[in-house]
Amino acid sequence: MVLLFGLLFVPPEVAGLDLIGLDGGVAFAAEDAATEAAAQADVASPYQPAPQLTEKDYPTFLGFNGRIFVWIAAQLHLWFAAFVLAVPIFVFIIEAIGMKTRDKRYDDMAYEFIKVSLTAYSLTAIVGGLTLLGLLVFYPHVMTYMTSIFKESMIFYALIFFAESACLYVYYYGWHWLQGPFKKWVHLTIGLLLNAVGTLLMLLANSWLTFMMSPAGVDAGGVFNGEIWDAMHNFLWNPINLHRFVANIAYGGSIIGAYAAYKFLSARTPQEKAHYDWMGYNANFVAIAGLLPLPFAGYYLVAEIYAYSQQMGITLMGGIFAWLFIIQAVLIGTLFLSANYYLWCGLGRSEGGVRYYKYMKYLAVVIVAAFLVWFTPHTLVLSNEELKALGGPYHKYLGPLGIMPAKNTAVNIMILMTYLSFLYYRRANKIAVVTWVKAGNAAQIALFVMACANIFFLGIYHGYFTNTVYKVAASIPQVLTTLLVIVIATVIDSMIYKNAKEVAPQRWGRVPPRSQYALFLLAVSFTWLMGLMGYIRSGIRQHWHVVDVFRDNSPDAFTPSLGYATNVISVATILFMAMVIFVFWLAQISGQKSETPGFWKEPGQ
Amino acid sequence: MKIPRLLQAILVLGGVYGGFVLVFDVILEQVIPSSLLNMYMFFVVAGTYMVFTFSEESTEQIVSPIKALVEDPSKKMLRNVVFVLLPLFFGWFTYQQIKPSFEAPLELRTIHPAPPAAVKVFGKRYNLLTLENPFRKFEKEDPEKFASLVREGGDVYVKNCQYCHGDKLDGQGPYAQGLSPVPLNFQDVGTIAQLQEGYLFWRIATGGPGLPKEATPWLSAMPVWEDFLTEDEIWKVILFLYDYTGYQPRSWEHE
Repeated sequence: MVLLFGLLFVPPEVAGLDLIGLDGGVAFAAEDAATEAAAQADVASPYQPAPQLTEKDYPTFLGFNGRIFVWIAAQLHLWFAAFVLAVPIFVFIIEAIGMKTRDKRYDDMAYEFIKVSLTAYSLTAIVGGLTLLGLLVFYPHVMTYMTSIFKESMIFYALIFFAESACLYVYYYGWHWLQGPFKKWVHLTIGLLLNAVGTLLMLLANSWLTFMMSPAGVDAGGVFNGEIWDAMHNFLWNPINLHRFVANIAYGGSIIGAYAAYKFLSARTPQEKAHYDWMGYNANFVAIAGLLPLPFAGYYLVAEIYAYSQQMGITLMGGIFAWLFIIQAVLIGTLFLSANYYLWCGLGRSEGGVRYYKYMKYLAVVIVAAFLVWFTPHTLVLSNEELKALGGPYHKYLGPLGIMPAKNTAVNIMILMTYLSFLYYRRANKIAVVTWVKAGNAAQIALFVMACANIFFLGIYHGYFTNTVYKVAASIPQVLTTLLVIVIATVIDSMIYKNAKEVAPQRWGRVPPRSQYALFLLAVSFTWLMGLMGYIRSGIRQHWHVVDVFRDNSPDAFTPSLGYATNVISVATILFMAMVIFVFWLAQISGQKSETPGFWKEPGQ
Repeated sequence: MKIPRLLQAILVLGGVYGGFVLVFDVILEQVIPSSLLNMYMFFVVAGTYMVFTFSEESTEQIVSPIKALVEDPSKKMLRNVVFVLLPLFFGWFTYQQIKPSFEAPLELRTIHPAPPAAVKVFGKRYNLLTLENPFRKFEKEDPEKFASLVREGGDVYVKNCQYCHGDKLDGQGPYAQGLSPVPLNFQDVGTIAQLQEGYLFWRIATGGPGLPKEATPWLSAMPVWEDFLTEDEIWKVILFLYDYTGYQPRSWEHE
């Protein structure tokens, strides 16, 4: 089931790596080291050191900018791959729920999801081919070097791709055939296999791109030691694997949510509206479930990047890419705001939800306040007048909000409040009948209060009054606190509302169109965010194809300005969304039939 | 009397904006930068929109006066006034934003640029990824010696650094106001507390001219201390910086 994440069939960074160059001065010494080591490389090794290229070694073609070509193609491929790996994960889950509950709506919804992903699958392959060809044309020496190390895994990758296709086609085309007590089990097993294969594909591709960031299995000159597992199992492989796995679940949910919103807004009948409202809700649920642990996975990844290389870590968070992280923070906050807004709008599906309207403003205050802390930069953009008034570039009161302990505290609070929104939504149409309702509610309130107190204590005390090791380490108990509250509160809530009375029916389809735009916003923000973060992750290699081992000497080996990079990502985002709308439209017309009386010959005529 | 919903929303926004200015500019006497205030207000507006429109009833109450203003024949005079004033306001606002000024453009300065993997100073090459303060070990092994090293570092600081970085290490030295950007405040939790000692060694030894291009425009007046101090003196002054401020250098190992 894991396979969802798989952002890429081809490593985005393969593309990215060329994209990033930089102006060389920074790492001259490391470069010298690589050169020296290359000169001393063991001549007996069957493997060659990383080539030292010149501008002439990078072919040009009809005036195309090779870097932008590969960048956009790889990014499109990454998005589609994330989508087609993510969808089968929750299709599998939804199908299993349908099988367990014997509610056919789940089965129908799962089928509709997989139908959408099938078209996306072929687009994934097309843009994947484009990426590969782009790399071969514009970066032949990079590909030669990478292939010399990863040739076995690349062949496996191609073969596994066949297995992925076979599983997907049997899973989709056999959907209606494999129904019934035994056959459904067979179908579900194929779904599991599909996910396992997809996950494997992602893991392989991830190893290529993380090798480029944190090379292993090669010496300082890039000479491969012959052990492919060493190269695959490099320092950043697992952190990326985890981050991408979780991110793909959230991303797949958001795109399907957008699909449901599209269908909801174009629905002509109340039944259709009800169906797509229900689908949108479920997709949003999956997206939020994936979104909640995502900041933690991201934090783990960045902590590991810092641990691997202070230089890379500072480039990422404190150096040239730091401002992109402010944009990232804004987009992540937008995701949380959209998700909450959708839940609040959903309260109106049932008359019972009106009881909870009054609490939403308090949630909004806390979420927005946490969000403001979340994106407050450490180094402020100041006019000369403000600089003089403050006496320096740091703000006495807002400056401390710019470092990670404050961010970690804020994001944990945001997550807890989002979960609280969900709890209110869950209760909208129910009245508990157990005798210990008050005690149960009190326990939940106590749980939230204690958790918030603990998160603040960890963030403030360990974040500002202990050394850096504890600053970083304190984030773990913060995360555990949040996760523990989610688990315990869910258990208590399930017990309180067991056999609950329905205060008013849940009327699917009775949500304002505004809520559907929140789903669109969620999908677009996710897409843009993935493009942005993919660029940053790839870009921190700066002027290296493979960090400290293989220098990028192409004419494009510079780190783009913020405006340049965000423009490229925005264009790619627009292209992707246009293609996704095309996929949605295909799904729409595939269910339509035109009556053509007299056009076809009647039998026997 | 119940305040109309639309007015409530406007009052909330005005109140939050005024609150930021009052708290930071007046009470705390630390101005809130306009770039940050704009970002804050953008999302306060988003949050307010969310609260005031998630239910149909509330949305209706927000929208109906606007609709009435546009559609109700009895509000013709008010409509005309609003339709004149609104474009004028946005015209004025736009003009204020784009009119030429003598103010220097805003800078996105990278104060803590990424260090190179290695640096050549004192005729040697140092790997900054693994570089450690050779005196740090005495903190546990020989506290007396460590205290003496810190004192020596303090002497180096007073003789060389305090003119700009201040006798309290707060960036408020006698020369500080003559420099732009102003010297770093080491008491700030976001400066040396976030960095490894090797990073400080690099910054001190190579000074402003040693900043990578990434940190441009590098207007830093920090001298190249490699030319004035010995390697040991730099390590000792680093000990002093952390000891005086009470921070620990960034490290990946637990004590």
